[in-house]
Amino acid sequence: MMDTYHRPDPDELLAQVQAEEKRQTRGKLKIFLGYAAGVGKTFAMLEAAHQRRSQGIDVVIAYVQTHGRKETEALLDGFEVLPQRQSSYRGVTLCEMDLDGVLHRKPRLAVVDELAHTNIPDSRHSKRYQDVEELLAAGIDVFTTVNIQHLESMNDVVRQITGVTVRETIPDRLMDEADEIEVIDLPTDELIQRLREGKVYVPDQAVHAIEKFFRKGNLTALREISLRRAAERVDDQMRSYMRTEDISGPWPAGDRILVCLSSHPLGERLIRAGRRLADDLNAEWMVVFVETPGHLKMPSENRERIQRNLNLAEQMGARVEILSGAQVAETILTLARHNNVTKILVGKPLRSRWYELLRGGSVIDQIIHASGKIDVYVVSEEAQQRTISTPARAQRVRWESYLKSVLLVSVVTVVSLPVYGRLEPTNLVMFFLAAVVISALWFGRGPSILASVLSVVAFDFFFVHPRYSIAVNDTEYVLTFIGLLAVGLIISSSASLLRDQVDQLRQRESNARAVNALSKELTAAVNLDSVLQVVIRVLGQTFKRDVIILLPEGSNLNEKAATKGFSIDDNEKGIALWAYHNGQPAGRGTDTLSATAMRFMPLKTSRGVVGILGVKSIDQSRYLTQDERMLLDNFANLSALAIERASFAEQANQAESLRSTERLQSALLNSISHELRTPLSSIIGALTSLEEDSCTRNTAGRLTHATRLELIRSASGQARALNRLVGNLLDMTRLQSGQVRLNAALTDVQELIGAVLGQMQDRLHDREIDVSAPDDLPMVMMDAMLVGQTLINLLDNAVKFSPPGSRICISVVLLETLLQFSVQDQGLGIAEEERTRIFDKFYRGSAAGQASGTGLGLAICRGIVEAHGGSIWAENLVQGGLNVIFTIPMSEPES
Amino acid sequence: MADQLRVLVVDDEVEIRRFLRVSLTAHGHMVFETNSGQEALRMVVDHRPDLMILDLGLPDMDGVRVTRRIREWSKIPVIILSVRSQEQDKILALDAGADDYLTKPFGVGELLARMRVVMRRVITMEGDPVYRAGDLQVDLSRRLVTVGQREVSLTPTEFDLIKVLAQHAGRVVTHRQLIQQVWGNSYEDADRLLRVNITNLRKKIEANPSKPVHLMTELGVGYRLEGDDQG
Repeated sequence: MMDTYHRPDPDELLAQVQAEEKRQTRGKLKIFLGYAAGVGKTFAMLEAAHQRRSQGIDVVIAYVQTHGRKETEALLDGFEVLPQRQSSYRGVTLCEMDLDGVLHRKPRLAVVDELAHTNIPDSRHSKRYQDVEELLAAGIDVFTTVNIQHLESMNDVVRQITGVTVRETIPDRLMDEADEIEVIDLPTDELIQRLREGKVYVPDQAVHAIEKFFRKGNLTALREISLRRAAERVDDQMRSYMRTEDISGPWPAGDRILVCLSSHPLGERLIRAGRRLADDLNAEWMVVFVETPGHLKMPSENRERIQRNLNLAEQMGARVEILSGAQVAETILTLARHNNVTKILVGKPLRSRWYELLRGGSVIDQIIHASGKIDVYVVSEEAQQRTISTPARAQRVRWESYLKSVLLVSVVTVVSLPVYGRLEPTNLVMFFLAAVVISALWFGRGPSILASVLSVVAFDFFFVHPRYSIAVNDTEYVLTFIGLLAVGLIISSSASLLRDQVDQLRQRESNARAVNALSKELTAAVNLDSVLQVVIRVLGQTFKRDVIILLPEGSNLNEKAATKGFSIDDNEKGIALWAYHNGQPAGRGTDTLSATAMRFMPLKTSRGVVGILGVKSIDQSRYLTQDERMLLDNFANLSALAIERASFAEQANQAESLRSTERLQSALLNSISHELRTPLSSIIGALTSLEEDSCTRNTAGRLTHATRLELIRSASGQARALNRLVGNLLDMTRLQSGQVRLNAALTDVQELIGAVLGQMQDRLHDREIDVSAPDDLPMVMMDAMLVGQTLINLLDNAVKFSPPGSRICISVVLLETLLQFSVQDQGLGIAEEERTRIFDKFYRGSAAGQASGTGLGLAICRGIVEAHGGSIWAENLVQGGLNVIFTIPMSEPES
Repeated sequence: MADQLRVLVVDDEVEIRRFLRVSLTAHGHMVFETNSGQEALRMVVDHRPDLMILDLGLPDMDGVRVTRRIREWSKIPVIILSVRSQEQDKILALDAGADDYLTKPFGVGELLARMRVVMRRVITMEGDPVYRAGDLQVDLSRRLVTVGQREVSLTPTEFDLIKVLAQHAGRVVTHRQLIQQVWGNSYEDADRLLRVNITNLRKKIEANPSKPVHLMTELGVGYRLEGDDQG
């Protein structure tokens, strides 16, 4: 049995499997790593590509910069070189890799030079490595080149060695995730030789810098770093292999590193140092930023730096935590203990010793003091970085506040003068203390400190013997002074802290309230549309921004809702699509396509991206603060959940309506096939009898004239019935599909009834029809043909369901703004529970058993009446029989 | 009416043409057929038919256009065949000068009656100024309307209305045609006036205005003064 200690951690194995899976669908990345320009990376890469091509692999050159070197250019021969994307930026035409072109061409292997390149601003991604990642994600293998100094974590080491700051960097994870790394090595002497021979490409404007850079010492150091880095990689791979294969070995002690970030420029350096330490120890690492009340007043420049640093840390693979608390050291140590952190990295303070002492010791001192077993590493700053941005708070405390505290102390002094003599001087100190507390609470820290000092002076001057002099006779008073000053300082410090905390709480609370309000409104929203409207409105109000929501439809994104009058162009839509497909934010303030005015955020739920939220700042010069971003993220999460919920509900509804449509269709088929077949049978029967008789007539002539006539009448009657049925079906279809436009015109109701009765003469010939309508009926706007159809259907039903020869009554009455029609028969009426159902499509009343019909007539009536804005219902008459009533509202004629 | 008519049948459905050919030939008429509007226009010139039966839905040009083109140079009576969903086209065709319509499906009896009515127009155009149907008599030259023995007193507008209807007796006259001929082209509120006058007219000439026997309504299309269909 193996020692459990050696067992691979299941979580780790899972991560490994997932990484493996990801790698299989992803393209493979091979990096040709060099330590300086001119070592021959591109050359080596192209040679390798040639080799692949000769193995029959589909290789294209997506982007290669030959810098005019003949032997490199020669190597391009035989390759398919994809055209580059030309783009003009600030009047200069520049070439970039055509990412979409490569994606479209979809080769097996794409060769992309210079991984660390920064794209021109109108490109989809700001960096080429992001392009490469997209290629990999699309399953395309990539060969690429990079120099060691472009590696994020090497950035400041390189600067220290060479004095050159490299601006184009790539995240370390690219290196970690690369499937293969090939170090292109060249002894430094040879490289320098090549440089002298002009074989190394040097941009004209950089000749000087390059000379400085290509010193032997520099190159040797860089070479060493790159070799070491590659060796680390190999080491990683070996360890990873050993882990999966459960080979016991020298496991790392399980270090965990915590990097404490603050707002000053040292942050970036700290993060890089953390990453290196984590790499060296093969340890997990996290970066924490503790937001204190004071940060609320931070200049936006500092806030943005923090955001940048946190992003950087994430890029380098750190777990990032943002906590808030007034006591930085305490908060950090709590986090560290919870996470079994073994090493803490902090930056060396930039403030003077005095300043720190006044504030009760630096955070570092506090951390070191309370860290216990945890090692604390202090990273020092570099001289040139000593550009501390002055804390904005000092400037913000207005001089009025100082004036006010001076006045306050004066007032206290004046008030205390008359009571002097009646009270012990030491008790008068209380008045001054009160002044200090008030200053601290209302005016802030600075004014309250001033108040403490002034109080001491005033007390000494006015109330301590000898009065009106600074001198003190009784040395006991020195103690009083010190006490007053100390109490004043402490109170001012804690009171202003309290104030800050209240401020912060208030800010937090308003954020929480906003989130709460949104979630309440979203809960109340019943369908997708109202959810979207709520999101648009609340976001628009909260962030003072134009907001748009795009939802997927098929493979496309559709603008579903937006701030009134706001829409996006095709370009922005493309960014939104990218954000949707990649599940990552894009646009302004992100790494992808940041040159636009809009920011697109994927609305993510556990099931994936349900849509895209786009915000456009109305004031283009303002970026979102850290707090606002967090709030926006919260909003986006909430919205995503609500949208998902609403679309599920909608889908369920659709499924339900589909099911009911299916039910309807089968009802229709049942009903129709029966109803069509009956008349057709009698028509065919009659006609074939006649046909047969005609053929045999000469010999027999069996049918009498009367029989023949009967057959013919039956056939033509059935044909008419069939025609009515088809007509009904047609009407129903048109009503349902909304094709029926009301052809409303002023109609004389008497005339309408007359016309209907005229049309139905044949059906009604044996009936007594009673029409009652007042003579003074006004003319009413309606579609006479459709309302006529309603009456026809009702009369037809009345004939069907009442005894032959019985009377049918039609009456029209005027009820204020309604015209009410009713058709009464003397049949059996209907069961109470069927009263509303008979107006449903294909519903056939139980009494309809023997009578023919499709159950459409009344449904058509309802459709027509409702199209007129009226209603229709049925009642049983007391004396027996059914009364169907419908109303048509009388609207003012338009003409 | 002439016993033998030369009838041009324009319909793209073979079965309808066959049915019309058989029935009309049986009644002694001579039938020409075509399935296209263009061809129909040519055949009106070539064969000089007395009457045209025109389906609204033709493959090459619709019946409304055929009617318009024909009316540019010919007064040949035209009977429109329509189906239920072509209400609007039907009215357009009537306004364009078609003489009457039949909605498919229809019986031969109905068709023959319509044919008689439209042919009579051609005959009475110049002739008899007196219209008779049942107990209703309209004497156009004397501006006299009687029901049975009773003389009916009409307003000038009512008389103009019944005059137009009587001149087209047995045939449908669309709302627009009536308005145009009685009130002229641009008369505001003519629609309402038309309905009011028709209602009043009915009260004067019908025994039961709810069940008219003379002045019939064609819902959504227009009015028809029942002809004295004795042939």
